[in-house]
Amino acid sequence: MENIDINQILGIAVFGASIGLILIGLYAVLMKKHLIKIVIGLSIIDAGIHLLFIAIGYISNGTSPIFSEKGISLVSEGTKMVDPVPQALVLTAIVIGFGVTAVALSLVIRLYRHHKTARIDQIKTLKW
Amino acid sequence: MKKLLVLLLLAVVGYSLYKPLSQVEFGADRIGDIENPTTVGAYYLSHTPSDLSVANVITAIVVNYRGFDTLGEVSVLFLAATGIGSILYRRRKEGEHSETITQPSSQLLQAGAKLIYPAILVLGAYVFIHGHLTPGGGFQGGAIIATGFLLMMMSYKDFHMNHTVLTWVESLAGITFVSVGIGGLIVGKTFLENFLAIGTLNDLFSGGIIPIIYIAVGFKVAAELAGVLDTLLSIKEK
Amino acid sequence: MELFLISVIILAVLLLAVAVYAVMQKDLLYATIATGIISLILSVLFFLLQAPDVALTEAAIGIALTTIIFVITIRNTSRREDEILITQESEASKIDDKVKANM
Repeated sequence: MENIDINQILGIAVFGASIGLILIGLYAVLMKKHLIKIVIGLSIIDAGIHLLFIAIGYISNGTSPIFSEKGISLVSEGTKMVDPVPQALVLTAIVIGFGVTAVALSLVIRLYRHHKTARIDQIKTLKW
Repeated sequence: MKKLLVLLLLAVVGYSLYKPLSQVEFGADRIGDIENPTTVGAYYLSHTPSDLSVANVITAIVVNYRGFDTLGEVSVLFLAATGIGSILYRRRKEGEHSETITQPSSQLLQAGAKLIYPAILVLGAYVFIHGHLTPGGGFQGGAIIATGFLLMMMSYKDFHMNHTVLTWVESLAGITFVSVGIGGLIVGKTFLENFLAIGTLNDLFSGGIIPIIYIAVGFKVAAELAGVLDTLLSIKEK
Repeated sequence: MELFLISVIILAVLLLAVAVYAVMQKDLLYATIATGIISLILSVLFFLLQAPDVALTEAAIGIALTTIIFVITIRNTSRREDEILITQESEASKIDDKVKANM
């Protein structure tokens, strides 16, 4: 069992999960008829991309990029810190994603108010 | 036919995601030597304790190295809150009051919400005051505080956010952010330059302008998210 | 290390299963709760991958706030995905007039 690389299995699991989330979300956006389902698909795509970024920044046996001891000079004696840049980017992306979802859902409410339906195949007129 | 095309597209997208990612080794050391940094991540890791004396490197990146980006981010949130308000605007009929909830909630929920509400606010304030020392910061703390307001809005029929207060808090927080940035421009050379004393690592008062900005961001995010939730909860269609 | 490996694999499989459930479910309220569970699992995964800041953000925004705005939208629109609209000509025109009056 020693010759199986643990990192390889972890990579298949995490990258596979993120690619799977992106594809599932894309399927929902393209195939579903209900507008709320489409917004759910968008947020699933978001989740997949966030997981992909964090997974690329991960370093095995690394610690989170927060210095804990007082006066510690730097990362010492073989301990590694994971890459902080993708984490900062994902932090921004989650907050912006919430804003996008909220605006999209308020547009759904507005469309429902006019057409009395939220299914795009039942919205006949383009004008509103 | 449509399903076939969609599956074809998914296959193409999946293959084009799989192909580059199969070259990426999971968990490999990609940031290189920290003492002599060659990548951006290594530079941030090596320079944050000495230049800014901030324990949390992510806070240092979000607020200081990429502070202008964060200013844009809170502006996007502000625009989202304004946009939701204007999209969902409708003139009220005479004598019609908007109600947050249509049914009164149970006694248990009301008592529990009143008990837990101050604790949530204190937790949110803790998270954004200690943003430069522990995991957390303005965005997380603001979201936690908005969750506390949400709990009260859902439990009590007559609990409403005062929109005047929200606007004032939001404007003052935004003005604080921008004026701290302009202070950097006046004292030093660049916008958002860290012009205060940086103190020692792991103290509460360390990091110069970073805690000030993150506290302002916390207030701003809390006010914006609470405003969004109040706008969304007070519409009633049926 | 083995525990880390096993928990990451279990969480990844769960993530995909809940995502498929969220897309396939016809009742939108259940689908919304499943979206919240995706955020919950993702938050634990972020914590395991040494990103506590991101895990905290995802926990506060992804689980609580996103779920609640979906629920509010479902309250104001329809709950079933496959709902068929029954429209009669007179009713539709009446609705249109009402909407125009409100604009």
